[in-house]
Amino acid sequence: MPVRPSRRLRSLRKVLLGVTGLVGFLLVWQLIPALGLISPEYLPYVTDVAVRLVDELRDLAFWRRLGLTMTAWAIGLTVATLAAVVLGTIVGLVPFLRRATHTTVEFLRPIPSVALIPLAVLMFGIQMQSALVIIVFAAFWQVFVQVIYGVADVDAVARDTARSFGLTRRERLSHLVLPTALPYLMTGLRLAAAVALILAITAEMVIGNLGLGRMIELSRSAGDAVGMYALVVVTGVLGLLVNLVFRLIERRSLGWHQSVRGEEVS
Amino acid sequence: MPDRSTLLRVEHLRKVYETGAGSVEAIGDISFTMNTGELVCIVGPSGCGKTTLLKCIAGLLPPTSGLVEMDGAPVTGPTPAMALVFQEYGRSLYPWLTVRGNVDLPLRHKKLSRAERDKLVTDALEAVGLRHAARSHPWQLSGGMQQRVAIARAIAYQPEVLIMDEPFAAVDAQTRADLEDLVRELHATRGMSILFVTHDIDESVYLGERVIVLSRSPTWVQEDLTIDLGPERDQVTTRALPRFTELRTHVYEQIQRAKRGEASAPRPTR
Amino acid sequence: MTTHTRPIALGPRGRLAWRRIVSSLLHALGLPFLLLGAWGLWSTFSANRFFPSPLTILGALADTWIGPAFVEDVLPSLYRLAIGIIVSTAVGIAAGTVIGLFRWLRELLEPLLEFFRAIPPPVLIPIGMLLLGITDTMKVVVIVSGAIWPILLNTIEGVRATDSVMTETATSFQITWWERLWFLVLPAASPRIMAGVRQGLSVALILMVISEMFGSSSGLGYRIAYFQRNYLIAEMWSGILLLGLVGIFLATVFGLVERRVLRWYHGIREVERA
Repeated sequence: MPVRPSRRLRSLRKVLLGVTGLVGFLLVWQLIPALGLISPEYLPYVTDVAVRLVDELRDLAFWRRLGLTMTAWAIGLTVATLAAVVLGTIVGLVPFLRRATHTTVEFLRPIPSVALIPLAVLMFGIQMQSALVIIVFAAFWQVFVQVIYGVADVDAVARDTARSFGLTRRERLSHLVLPTALPYLMTGLRLAAAVALILAITAEMVIGNLGLGRMIELSRSAGDAVGMYALVVVTGVLGLLVNLVFRLIERRSLGWHQSVRGEEVS
Repeated sequence: MPDRSTLLRVEHLRKVYETGAGSVEAIGDISFTMNTGELVCIVGPSGCGKTTLLKCIAGLLPPTSGLVEMDGAPVTGPTPAMALVFQEYGRSLYPWLTVRGNVDLPLRHKKLSRAERDKLVTDALEAVGLRHAARSHPWQLSGGMQQRVAIARAIAYQPEVLIMDEPFAAVDAQTRADLEDLVRELHATRGMSILFVTHDIDESVYLGERVIVLSRSPTWVQEDLTIDLGPERDQVTTRALPRFTELRTHVYEQIQRAKRGEASAPRPTR
Repeated sequence: MTTHTRPIALGPRGRLAWRRIVSSLLHALGLPFLLLGAWGLWSTFSANRFFPSPLTILGALADTWIGPAFVEDVLPSLYRLAIGIIVSTAVGIAAGTVIGLFRWLRELLEPLLEFFRAIPPPVLIPIGMLLLGITDTMKVVVIVSGAIWPILLNTIEGVRATDSVMTETATSFQITWWERLWFLVLPAASPRIMAGVRQGLSVALILMVISEMFGSSSGLGYRIAYFQRNYLIAEMWSGILLLGLVGIFLATVFGLVERRVLRWYHGIREVERA
């Protein structure tokens, strides 16, 4: 009797295929300079990049730069989230404010935050504060919009029920509004974390404050292709980790809500 | 009756699902035949594998063993000789197409001229009373009307047999009565052969010329009952007939026996 | 509306309609004007030279960008942006559909694609500069290689998640492969695809600006950085404003296209909410 592959077999297959894909990619990368399709000067051997990666990981200076990048990321994300939660809750709860801020929000939100880089440099020079302006501006909207959706999503019947049982404003906030808005907040937080990382590194590249982005830019101008590729791989891993961690947090905090809400990203 | 030749033949159909936890025998051994122009209802206790049976008949699922024959030829995959109406009308109609687009879609690969296709679609919509809604989208219609669209799509496809899988399980009682009469009418005026699966005993007796009662899973045919209520049926008078009551009581008892697992299975001739 | 043609015969209903229009106008424009007014006042009375008044910026906007600068800087930027968006959307949807349809291909590529998506797009600029030099091609390639990932991954996810009953319907009616792709798979995935395109757009805009701020001699990004380095504050602000307008323009066009493409989707959601 032909037995269909069980779940464990299938997930094993998935892992194997995924690893095959990664190995295949690395092989192709190694082959391109080896076959002379692109000069190793521009696309170095993957083995060289791997060796450099290990070297960097043993270098304290690298970790210090990484620390600076992540510090800017963490501060920016925290400030943006706090501001967005407070403002988003207030605006979301008061219909008048929601109507009054709508056009302003719709106007400010699409402005690419990198457009503010020159302004930030003028105000703070080549420092972390400049980077923070950009990070906060970009991350703020992700959370703010989600919080407004979340607060407005409170079920009308549930709200009336709460009111009819005479719950105080404070009780309503903590028992009704908060649980409804929490999944939205977590989605916003995940998006904001990714965006904040992108802008932390971008800011360092363009503004020149210390961190991974600056190192990438320096390697490029020094013609150190191997080092540059190694650092790009590092940023990729960093992005992957941030995504992974925040997706985990999101899933943990949602539980029942995840199935109801699709992955809608604004 | 000369025009009533065998259309569909199911012989010793058996379906076993393999899951991670072991195998589940959904269908034990089902055999029956259906003639051209007949309206046959299949009724059985819930969870008796009615949908599995239909999917096997329609060629959507390969049976573990046994045979499905259409016009004497074995069915190995979906065939243009059959058209399906699913229970989940909301998921079987495509929301991005209009009503007309939905009915038209299966006709696109048939080698028909634009005019012929248009005529088929218009005619099918007319038959279900939805000509006025051709340009609407399915989700703008009520559940009953959506199911009418699905029926129109099946009619326009011009199958030899219409297969309906609990089509009215999700609509309200009044709409349901209207849709039942629509099925009767399609059968009477167009001479369509219809295989109708339901879990509703009254519905099966009211609609069918024959009712096939299934046992509980692993399923076999517990009874093949001829419904001698005549071709003219009416929601009020037919349902008030003593014969109707007798028949529905009989089927009801059969189902109850099936649920308790009292009836004994025929020895498989394998 | 009748209120415009017969202003004298305003019934209570007409007056209500008027009031509603005025009130929504006030709501829409009140805050922006208040903020601009406050900014204007503050900039006249404070000595902060980094924040010129809104009127000065508006003047600079007209002076700086209308004329040759429009042809030399704005148009090339927009051109590169448009090409980048079109290519990444087309390639992303096409490749995503193929990958989404074949399970083994999906499982083979998914970890790799997730990694590429996680790379902060602007770090692709140094790589692009190294491989292609400071050229227009480089800028377009960089835009595509950053904006394509959300589109690609969302398409894969959307194609993969096609409803089982819809697929069965297509099978039972023996719909051909192309018809299935065009009438089932792509429309079913379209809400996801559009969400991906929306993300891709903002990435593309960021990359357009940054790629021009790095070694370039034309383009919006280059101009703004130039103004900043030369302390042309009002001009710099006008550039930021222009970039904001480009962003809003993109969002508006996207909104229009989305409403057209996903009319059925929004229709369903409205019906469900009612």
